[in-house]
This record gives sequence, structure tokens and C-alpha cells, in this order.
Amino acid sequence: MKFAVVVFPGSNCDRDMYYAAKDALGEEADLIWYKEANLDGYDAILIPGGFSYGDYLRSGAIASTSDIVTQLKQQAEKGVPILGVCNGFQILLESGLLPGAMLRNQNLKFMCHFEELVVENNQTIFTSEYEQEEIVSIPIAHNEGNYYCDDETRAKLEENNQIVFTYKTNPNGSVSDIAGIINEKGNVLGMMPHPERAVEALLSSDDGLKLFQSMLVNWREKHVAGA
Amino acid sequence: MLQAPEITPEMVEKDKVYQEMGLTDKEYDMIKNIMGRRPNFTEIGIFSVMWSEHCSYKTSKPLLKKFPTEGPQVVQGPGEGAGVVDIGDGQGVVFKVESHNHPSAVEPYQGAATGVGGIIRDVFSMGARPIASLNSLRFGNLNTGRVKYLFDEVVHGISGYGNCVGVPTVGGEVQFDDSYEGNPLVNAMCVGLIDTKDIQKGIAAGEGNTIMYVGSKTGRDGIHGATFASEDLSEDSESKRSNVQVGDPFMEKLLIEACLEVIQSDALVGIQDMGAAGLTSSASEMASKAGMGMEMNLDLIPQREQNMTAYEMMLSESQERMLLCVKKGEEQEIIDIFKKYNLEAVAVGQVTEDKMFRLLHKGEVVADIPVDNLAEDAPIFHKESKVPAYYEEYQKMADYVPNVDNHTETLKQLLQQPTIASKEYVYDQYDSMVQANTVFSPGSDAAVVRVRGYDKAIAMTTDCNSRYIYLDPEVGGQIAVAEAARNIISSGAKPLALTDGLNFGNPDKPENFWQMEKSVEGMSAASLKLNTPVISGNVSLYNESNGQAIYPTPVVGMVGLHESLDHITPSQFQQEGDTIYVIGETAPEFGGSELQNVLEGKYFGKAPVLDLDVEVNRQGQLLQAIRDGLVSSAHDLAEGGLGVAVAESLFANKGLGADIKVNGDVTAALFSETQSRFLVSVPEAKREAFEKVVEDAQAIGIVTNTSKLVVNSEQEQVINEDIESLQQLWKGAIPCLLKSKA
Repeated sequence: MKFAVVVFPGSNCDRDMYYAAKDALGEEADLIWYKEANLDGYDAILIPGGFSYGDYLRSGAIASTSDIVTQLKQQAEKGVPILGVCNGFQILLESGLLPGAMLRNQNLKFMCHFEELVVENNQTIFTSEYEQEEIVSIPIAHNEGNYYCDDETRAKLEENNQIVFTYKTNPNGSVSDIAGIINEKGNVLGMMPHPERAVEALLSSDDGLKLFQSMLVNWREKHVAGA
Repeated sequence: MLQAPEITPEMVEKDKVYQEMGLTDKEYDMIKNIMGRRPNFTEIGIFSVMWSEHCSYKTSKPLLKKFPTEGPQVVQGPGEGAGVVDIGDGQGVVFKVESHNHPSAVEPYQGAATGVGGIIRDVFSMGARPIASLNSLRFGNLNTGRVKYLFDEVVHGISGYGNCVGVPTVGGEVQFDDSYEGNPLVNAMCVGLIDTKDIQKGIAAGEGNTIMYVGSKTGRDGIHGATFASEDLSEDSESKRSNVQVGDPFMEKLLIEACLEVIQSDALVGIQDMGAAGLTSSASEMASKAGMGMEMNLDLIPQREQNMTAYEMMLSESQERMLLCVKKGEEQEIIDIFKKYNLEAVAVGQVTEDKMFRLLHKGEVVADIPVDNLAEDAPIFHKESKVPAYYEEYQKMADYVPNVDNHTETLKQLLQQPTIASKEYVYDQYDSMVQANTVFSPGSDAAVVRVRGYDKAIAMTTDCNSRYIYLDPEVGGQIAVAEAARNIISSGAKPLALTDGLNFGNPDKPENFWQMEKSVEGMSAASLKLNTPVISGNVSLYNESNGQAIYPTPVVGMVGLHESLDHITPSQFQQEGDTIYVIGETAPEFGGSELQNVLEGKYFGKAPVLDLDVEVNRQGQLLQAIRDGLVSSAHDLAEGGLGVAVAESLFANKGLGADIKVNGDVTAALFSETQSRFLVSVPEAKREAFEKVVEDAQAIGIVTNTSKLVVNSEQEQVINEDIESLQQLWKGAIPCLLKSKA
């Protein structure tokens, strides 16, 4: 399986994402500078965290206007799995690939620590290796992770099972304790917690690894028929 | 603001304009002598920043020479952007600490942020990828609105900048004392990883080679920052807010990635960041180090503001700027790499053979200075030193004997002392995990960052107990180094080297200079004994507000190596049934202790005794026991003594408790701050082997599953407390102080 990790100016979890795919999962991965990108031919696209364009204007706002997002939208349309983490989630929101917006954390401070998440939907290509309702320990590191959407959107998210992860204890004020959501089609996942930082027990948790493994298992089922 | 064109060389001399820039009459005469004529306004400005204490170390140089700087592990000692030590496999660790005290006192967010940015540039300009940041912070007590503001905004500034550049902030220390009320200390340390073959130098070699400028444009911010850092803070310091630079971490992140790509190009000759004294220091130092001269055309400097004078451009401390020396004819290769990152590299001058630092502006030569004199010939002052009266008084005092009735209540009070209490409020705001290598983040004795792809890790810590140093600078200086090494050893690593952040008051006061002198002697002795040479550092003097000096605070930033990931050892108890040992005898020593502060509201008397031979021996034995796989956890005994250390060891793993028996005087056993001691836990099956390796270990109890801390003396039970309640107090102390009305 071949992953593309899109690198924007100011991305800073790009290499972490790359190593998660390459070393922890053991699959192929390329770091792709946003200017040079051709996203054709990749089996999944990872949008890493960081501070694209310094988070100036609004987190993810400037990156969402770059050419590569046009390509990203085409790939999403084609059904290619796309995972956006932290700033990557913010970019997916800003570019309209996922509904809602991010506000500053309720306490108005950056926060970085492990959080317990609840797997609310294990029927996705990103979470099939988790148990339903499984509690997993994955770190957060953000200043604008307070997910907001209007009641109508929230009702829709709930109705379609698009809420994939929630916080066991809400750290930032997110609507419905939301930590991660998926699009209706089921191939674009955005989440604030960092699964790529939780792929080795040495670094306190490997609970994030199952997310990447789920992607691999689902890709194999689809592409390596009879394997 | 002074305007260059209006001030002639004659006026500089007659009106003593140089005094406003921090130069003395004597220094002016020296400069005039070097130049063979009266220096013009731009030239005298250039001299004033290069000869400031911040850039020239003119006061501290005689002391810094005392530091041991060599060892087989040292690849690069003091003199470059940062020092480098060998960690095997062709790799080195690059590190340095730097202060940003005065800017942070007047504009805490930007002061702290640009402190982080500056030290990160020092590290990547060596060619290393920055892999971790640490800091050492000092504030007044958290009981005035101003101190709370400084504390919150400094932390916010570190968080705002450090998180954005993608370098994890993995450790540090924060302490509080009234002596820092008007003059907080913000020391930032950065650690980088490098293949030693890639080490860069800040040199401008090869006649005719091109000098290139890259990064943010030059503005009027930070003019005379280095001079500002070299004088006392006073009531009118507020007017120096405009001397404080403004940081752009996004630009810094682009520079990191671009420069790390550029160092792989053969076109690059030398690279240096523009730190204190900006363009002046980077350019003149690069030329002087190469034994060359340099000519720059200031018309070509990218400028943020209109009508900037030569003086303003040369003295600006605008952030996120780098200066490169590039082989003539190969500039395009460098330009293209920067272009990828949307950065513009601009040719601004060339290397010359005549050893002159020559600046052109609007068709005129605006400065023409012998570069070696500028960069290296700042006068050296041998300041007067005098034993302070307080020290003599403290030495004569009888040993302080604390009176404690209720040890449980005292332990609770100690756990709530801001210096001891949990700093989670602070470090939760730092991204401590980006780069996905952080094994132990803030809150451990030492931070541990693994080296990806190898069976090894780097341990790092910052430490300085300034109360001991105030009471006895020489012993206190030794303790600062020894304690940093204890932190590294406890984590299972071998200490390699240190960087020093020397923060003191005004050196013109003989008592202050004596504190500097003695603490440097103490640190030197300990560094030599512990085989941790000083490979880089920073000096910050004039840390006074309204005539009152801070406690002498020579911060030690130390780095060590885990030779295997298996050696990494946590500081908290791990499992029920382990035996708890204290390594080292305990004497009743309370001078400068946290208990003394709780009971008396001040620190006085003698600092604890330190025997460096004992220290070396114990550290060696504990490290051996850890490497032999005999130890579940190890924690050094520091502020608050055994009582605090045992409690802290129980705050990580829910459900664990400890049952402890103390002999002799209970107050001393629990709260004395005797040096060279460790608290370790050892699995039952390993006890015998452990006792064979570690000579001075006494078993004092066991780890239980009761979630309670129980302490018995020979006569009675003295503590029986839920861990949960102790932890609440420890965790809540700082947030609670911040919320309380000033």
C-alpha cells in the first residue's frame, strides 16, 4: 500500500505521519511538497498536523486555497481514503471536505497530553480494527480543537454515524465531545488527536496503530483479491 | 531615536553620544585609537553592540576560562553557535542555552518567543536538526498581578513559538522567589541531532565568495537589544519595549527546513544566524573567524521599512535572518533551494582579503573598521570581588533546626510550594511530543528523546537551585552541576556535557562579582569531577530591578546518552512489591531548604555539604545497577527531601502506595535536603544483586497497592495519607495561586 503525506509550508507532523506509515505499519510512503504534488497513484492520502502558513488568518484557511486542495477534492471524489489530523483536519474543514469549523479551545490555551477517546463507529475503513466503544489513549496537541457545527449538521452527523471518535472527558469544548468525524461517503476522516504519535509502546501508547492497520486491511480487501 | 545623518564624528566625541550606547570614555578612546580617527555614528554604534557584555563577554571572560571544556566526547567546544558532543554512530548532539531575560521583563510574550527562536537558530545554523527544547524560568512569587502576567505570557510565548516550529518542548524548570519579581529569567535551551560530517561553521572564507542574506526583512525592531541586555532594568525600562523583537515562527520553520537542505550543498562555505547585534555580529564574526574581511552593500539588504539608515540596519535585531557565505558563481544553487520554501536569498556582499569590515550605503562608505579589533578586541575587565557581609554572617550561624509537629501537614505544605508543585499548568501548553520521539516528557527528572533508528536515546535536563548558590556560591555551583547529573543518571543515561546559562546581577558591585566568581569555580570543579565539560553557554548580567539583584542563577543544561533503550528508567514507582531504597546517608541539613522557607519565610544559614568523590561514586554505582537491569525506578532527592520525592514517585501510576519506615530524627529523615541521594525501587528478585552494586543503599520500605503513603518512625505512625489527596494539592497549587486575587 502506498501513502502520500502532503507537506504544506509550516506542516510539522509530516515526518511523524511518514514514519507511522513506513516504519510502524511497514508500508510505502512519500513526503510530497505541496507545490510538486501529483496525488494520482496513491492508495491513501495523509494530511499531517502543524501550522500550515503559520496558521495565520485562521488555522488551515490559507492551505485550503492552495492548488493541491483541488487535487485533494478530486481524489476524495474518486473514493481515495484521506486522513487529516489536527491541522490536517482543520484544512479539511476549511476546504469543505468535512462539515463544521474549529474554535479556540475553551480555556484559550494550547494543550498537549494523552486523552482517552471512545471509538464511536468501528464500521469505517479507518477504524475497523478497533472494537466498537473501545477506549483508546491518543495524544492531542492543539490550540483550536474546539469543534463546532450547527444543530442541523450535528443531527446529520449523528444520524449517519459520522462521529467516529469522541473524547471520554471533553478537553476543549467540542460539540458532542467530538474528536473526529468522517464524510458521508466514508473515505475522508478528520480528527484532532494524533494517531501517528501513538504507534509505539516506547512512546507511551500504540493505540493509534490500529487506525493505520484498518486502512491497510481495507485496502487489501479491496485490491488484493484472494490474498 | 537618534538619527545618523545629523550626528557628526565630532559630535559623537564631544557630546559623548557613545555613552548613550553603553560605551565608556575609555572604550571610546580605544576605538578612536583602533580606527586612527574619530569613528562616525554608524561605526560607534557597531562597536557599542559588539563590545556589549552580551556579545563580548568582557566582564565574564576571565571567569569563563576556568570552565573545563575538553574531553574525548567533545566534538565542538565553546566558540561556535553551539557545542557538539559525540554520541557514536557518526552522530553528534548539538546544544546550547541562551537567556532572554530583559526583553521578557518588558514584553514577556515576544521576549520569551524570540528567545526560543534564537536558540533554535543557533542549533540549526550548526547544521543540526533541532530535536528538543527545554527552558529554565524564574519569576517572583505568584502573588501580584504583574508577576502572574509575566508568568502566563512567558509560558504563552514559549508555547506560541515552540509549538509552531515543530520542536518539542520536552523539559525545563520553573522556580519562584521574590528576588526575581522585577527581573524574571527566561533561559531557553535547544538540542539538535547531527551527522558529525555535516557540522557547519560560521565562517566567511575565500576571497571573492558571496555573502548572502536570507529570511525576514530587516526592520527597526530590536535596535540596541544587546546593549539593553547589558544594563540594569529600571523604571524607564518600559520605554525600551520597542527594543524587543517580534518573532515569526512560521518563517523560522521554513528557514529550518531550507537551511538543513542548503547545508548538503557544496556551494555553501559558512552559515550563521543573526542573533544579538544582528547583521553586525554575524557578518563581522564570520569574517574575523576566517581571518578575512567583508564588504557589504546595505542598499541590497531586504528592508521592511522605508528610509532605514545604515545605523538602523546594522543594529536591528529583527528575527529569523541568516547570513551565508557561498562559493562565487554557485549562488543560483542556493537561491533555488530557498525558493522552494518561498524564501529569497539575496547577495549582499563579498569576502575580502584586507580584514576590514566595510559597509556601503547609497554610494558612500559608511563604515570601515578593522574586523578583528571589532570582533575580538573588546576590552576585558577584571572586576573587583568582595565577600558579601550576608555570606560571612550565614557561615557563622548555628545550624538551623526546624520545628515540625505534624509531618503530614508539613508534607502537604511542601507539595504546594510553587517551586515543588506540579508544573502541568505550564507544560501542558507546550507540544512535547511532535517529531514522535519523546519517551519522557516534562515532569520527569530528565526528559528522554530516542534517536530514531538506533538503540539509544538522549537524556536532557535544566537545573539550578539558586537558594543554595545565594547561601554559598561555590558549593551551590557544585550542587547545580551534580544535581543536573543526578537527573540524567536517574533516567539511566550517562552524562556527557553541559551548557551554562549564567544569570547574575550587576558585576560592577563587588559582592555580585564574587558570587559569579565563586559559583563558576564551584561549577568548574564539579564539571571536571563528573566529566561533563562545558561546551557552550550564555552570560546574562545586570539582572537587577531598582537596585536589587536576583539570586545568582547559573543554570545548568545537561545532556546524557542512553546507550540502550533498555536503560531508560522512569522516576516513578512501577509495581507493587518492589523494595524502596534510599541511596546515601541523610544528615539534618536545612539551610536553603524548602522546609526552611515554609517555616521561616526566607532562606538563610549554610548550604548543604557536597562531597564530589561521594557524588561520583554513587552516580557511577546507580548507573551500573540500572544498566544491569536491577532498578524499576530512580529519582534524585532534591527540594523537599525524601518526603516530597516519595510522594512524587506515587503520582504517576494509579493504585500504588508506599509503606516506609524512617529511623532517627523524623524531620531530618523526611525533609532534609542532604545532597548526593537517590530514591530507587527494586524488584524483590533483584535486591541481592542491587545491594552488591550499590554500596550506600538502605531499604526503607515497599511499594504497596493501597493508594496510601504510610510513614512510620521508630515510635509511631507519622503519615497515613491518601495519594489522591496529596496529588490534588500538588497539582492544584499553581492554578489556585493564579486564580486567587492578588
